[in-house]
Amino acid sequence: MRLSPDQMIFWQHGLLKLNGTIVFTWGLMFVLAVGSKLITRKLSTELKRSRWQNLLEIVVTGIEKQIEDVGLHDPKKYIGFLGTLFLFVALASLCTVIPGYEPPTGSLSTTAALALCVFVAVPLFGIEERGMGGYLKSYVEPTVIMLPFNIISELSRTLALAVRLFGNMMSGAMIIAILLTITPFIFPIVMTALGLLTGMVQAYIFSILAAVYIAAAVRTRKPKSKPAPTPNT
Amino acid sequence: MDNMTLIAVASIATAGLTTGIGCMCPALGEDRAVATALTSLAQQPDASATITRTLFVGLAMIESTAIYCFVVSMILIFANPFWNHVIAEVTKAAGK
Repeated sequence: MRLSPDQMIFWQHGLLKLNGTIVFTWGLMFVLAVGSKLITRKLSTELKRSRWQNLLEIVVTGIEKQIEDVGLHDPKKYIGFLGTLFLFVALASLCTVIPGYEPPTGSLSTTAALALCVFVAVPLFGIEERGMGGYLKSYVEPTVIMLPFNIISELSRTLALAVRLFGNMMSGAMIIAILLTITPFIFPIVMTALGLLTGMVQAYIFSILAAVYIAAAVRTRKPKSKPAPTPNT
Repeated sequence: MDNMTLIAVASIATAGLTTGIGCMCPALGEDRAVATALTSLAQQPDASATITRTLFVGLAMIESTAIYCFVVSMILIFANPFWNHVIAEVTKAAGK
């Protein structure tokens, strides 16, 4: 029973292994980078523009609006990071319709790497916005006793990000594999559609949670009229 | 019951129990969340975008505890270190 694309080995030479996770991740990166480069070769601001440019504009303005809704007032600074997270995870899940493809986010290595990126990015953005002292002071708010709890919550929500995405993607793939051995006719197709839906929802959740964590690190002290919600799982 | 049987029985029983309880309790939590979200949507339909988005984020947080239980069950069934250790010992004893 194959638990993850880590176990699909395409090529091996001593310690170096080319497994499914690496191949599919690089394939996705290639599609995203080359596709965007091709579409944005000739951007036009006229009323008549190519449909691919329209598609990209819808995606980019949609993500910008979501980032703004979360509370980050200058979405252009954060859209590079958050948009990439969303597009990578969403495309990784969408490509499940291609036969022979396994989403690389079904491997704990990929999701742990993405969660570590968020873990590093939150202090980076926080320090950039509030300065080192201001950001470090946020750990002792509201009292000094909260310092260990703030640190633990920082670590545990990174872990939660990784395991949530991994669990959702792996369970989708595993359900389909198990169903193919039990009722191979119609039901696996229904479960694939459900897997697509949960994949898109998980992509959205991952990037929105990253945006919320960044917003919590970046916000400046305001009078305590409306406490902003800080998830602590 | 020797060691091997004990480990097998404990792993299988715990895996089933983990998934059972781990699916029931988050479902109860999610049902309260959705019910409250529907009530507030009925009271303030113009805030539906915010409510829907917050609902989904909250549901994902609750769902993640169910996912933790699922992952533990999978580990118990497929990547069980105690079972692997016992099997390795049995193979070594049989090969000697």
